[in-house]
Amino acid sequence: MIKKWFKSGDPMIWLNAAAVSSSLIIVIGLIGLIAVRGLGHFWPKPVMEALYIAPNATQTKSAQVKLLGEIHDSETVSIQSLKEMGLTVKSENDWVNRSLVKTGNRDISGSDFKWAFDTFLDKVHYPENAITIERREWGNFYGYLNSIKENGKQIANKDTAWQELQTRLERALNLHEEIRDIEKGAIGDINYQIERLRLKEHGLKLDNITDKTPYQEIETQRKVLQKKYEVLQSKLIALHNLIKRDSLIATTANGKTISIAIENIVRTYKSNNLNILQKIGLYFERLWEFVSDEPREANTEGGIFPAIFGTVMMVIIMAMLVTPFGVIAAVYLHEYAKQGPLTRTIRIAVNNLAGVPSIVYGIFGLGFFVYFLGGSIDSLFYPEASPAPVFGTPGILWSSLTLAIITLPVVIVATEEGLSRIPRAIREGSLALGATKAETLWRTVIPMATPAMMTGLILAVARAAGEVAPLMLVGVVKLAPSLALDANSPFLHLERKFMHLGFHIYDVGFQSPNVEAARPLVYATALLLVVIIVALNLSAIYIRNHLREKYKAMDT
Amino acid sequence: MSADKMTHSINMDALGRSSDTSSMGDETPCLTATNLNLFYGDKQALKDVNLVIPEKKVSAFIGPSGCGKSTFLRCFNRMNDLVDGCRIEGEINLYDHNIYQKGVDVAELRRRIGMVFQKPNPFPKSIYENVAYGLRLQGVKNRRLLDEVVEKSLRGAALWDEVKDRLHESALGLSGGQQQRVVIARAIAIEPEVLLLDEPASALDPISTLKIEELISELKDDYTIVIVTHNMQQAARVSDYTAFMYMGELIEFSDTNTIFTNPKNKQTEDYITGRYG
Repeated sequence: MIKKWFKSGDPMIWLNAAAVSSSLIIVIGLIGLIAVRGLGHFWPKPVMEALYIAPNATQTKSAQVKLLGEIHDSETVSIQSLKEMGLTVKSENDWVNRSLVKTGNRDISGSDFKWAFDTFLDKVHYPENAITIERREWGNFYGYLNSIKENGKQIANKDTAWQELQTRLERALNLHEEIRDIEKGAIGDINYQIERLRLKEHGLKLDNITDKTPYQEIETQRKVLQKKYEVLQSKLIALHNLIKRDSLIATTANGKTISIAIENIVRTYKSNNLNILQKIGLYFERLWEFVSDEPREANTEGGIFPAIFGTVMMVIIMAMLVTPFGVIAAVYLHEYAKQGPLTRTIRIAVNNLAGVPSIVYGIFGLGFFVYFLGGSIDSLFYPEASPAPVFGTPGILWSSLTLAIITLPVVIVATEEGLSRIPRAIREGSLALGATKAETLWRTVIPMATPAMMTGLILAVARAAGEVAPLMLVGVVKLAPSLALDANSPFLHLERKFMHLGFHIYDVGFQSPNVEAARPLVYATALLLVVIIVALNLSAIYIRNHLREKYKAMDT
Repeated sequence: MSADKMTHSINMDALGRSSDTSSMGDETPCLTATNLNLFYGDKQALKDVNLVIPEKKVSAFIGPSGCGKSTFLRCFNRMNDLVDGCRIEGEINLYDHNIYQKGVDVAELRRRIGMVFQKPNPFPKSIYENVAYGLRLQGVKNRRLLDEVVEKSLRGAALWDEVKDRLHESALGLSGGQQQRVVIARAIAIEPEVLLLDEPASALDPISTLKIEELISELKDDYTIVIVTHNMQQAARVSDYTAFMYMGELIEFSDTNTIFTNPKNKQTEDYITGRYG
């Protein structure tokens, strides 16, 4: 009976089905977890107020505090383990619930988060006029709005303050935008140009040019730039004075009054007073900020646009490097090289390269590309910049090159596979018409192998976009001051360092001074990385299918 | 001129055993194989073959599978060069030039000797681009000239009326017979002197086969045609001369009538009458 059952093949089918479904469940579960945790972060949570007496404190009146904040997480812990941590909790059960409350106000209390045991929370309510203020420094503020001050003079009281705050915040945000444009844009450009002039002057000195005219030319140019700079600087000072004008007075839940400059506010809202449409609006506003803005506060707040940009750009440069290189190598290996022990050895070596740990490539990239190649380029072409290195330091070009080497085997193997699938009849047909081997390759064989090359590229991109370890050695940084692509000639600055989503996850998740605040961002960043890899892959797959349709050969 | 004649006389002598020179009448020889031996590694695939193919006639090679007829055909445009471990002795002359001499431009040779394969092998391009492929290789860019040649070749391959409205669609969308005619059009677009057809109809249905056969008899006014076929009726229908090959040897070569009605050789007779093969 059992024997018959085994013979029928059913167990194998069930086993296969189980394997497939568990892989599916794992993938869906993983993406689901990341998506829920990551996307949930941007949804405005209600702000809770409660009385709380910490269980280990002596039962005096002063130990009683008011908590005001958002509940971020909750968990069940055993009393035993708490005892081992030095916390005595009186409870009838062996297990107690505790919640992680984001109370903000880091400038007052020292930390953003507090664990609170649910049983000791008293008078839990959601006050309608509690406000949340997202600040550029010190994280969120939770409390109550008191008044608005202009140049130190009170202009709005408790009732009118909220309305007044909205208009004044808008003004401050506009001014802030203006200041940022000048600082990052115009002044950045001038600094860049002045630096170039300095390097030019230094270069002239190194070349022992004694003629005075070029120096004078540089000097006049510099003076022009200096003038421009001074104009911008005075404009900037004026703007700073304007933006400093307003401040607000607010009280915390425990009655402490503080003053917050409106220029430091990113966004403010009454969480418990929002209707669903406002919540949705806020949600997308925060999501947009996340993907389009620069990070703040050691990467724990703000957006991750530079990391997205860096990742995509690095992958694109990598693809542009690895494709021609890999394809040429594969064409030679498959079409021209005499097949024998040597080519077999080369093939095995190429395949094995794919298995070398990527950190090894990182070390190679650092030693060969950065120090040797980059150092040589510096001493040949940028002697005026020394001792500061230009290319002799980790940068996006070296990262792309290192990743190109890592992904090279994939492209070579896929291209060779594609070339060997071109029917012999097609090659012979072309040769019989008087084409040389090279003409046959260029006009017929290689176009027909492009779908296979795209497959190789897809695999390469998928691998490269997720690679972090080697990048830490050859170009990734925690915070890049400027993007590798901007309006200053030569527009593409391949020597610059860049930010990368994969590294960002590591940095925010494990190197952050404020782990609790950063955790949701880890999920959101991970989700974004997955989305970007999927998007890159889908576009490559689309192109491949298009090509496949175009060059589909008859089946042989 | 005298050198030319001398080569011929030598080649005629060399035909010796297997070929009946008298049956050639006064045809001009186009392709001449002399003492041709071909080896795949250690295995000898062609054994001392001597043959003269007359100009502007259809010559057919028949014989059982594996007798070397396709291999022999592929010697004429040096397609066997692409096969690893293939070695050739003896010579083949196109008129009076040995195509296996050193320094022969193989691409140029293949331009003069076109070939059509057993399975239709159009490129994954449009019909137009398929036919224009050979001209583009020669660097022709003039659109009008290309248009002209494409039309002429497709008409020559009796395909123009069927495809004139979809010249820029993929050639892979055509039926097998049409594809084979695209391939023939592609071959005649560069105006070769010789057309080698390697079982051109064996992968096609009877109607397409008929069309290809009609096409062959039309083309023979302009081209020297050599056709390999394992279909004896086809050989009888389309060819002027027929060669019977067996186990890498040329057994008999004569005009088609003689071969099919009055073969000189016992083996030929056995094969024709269906006693083996």
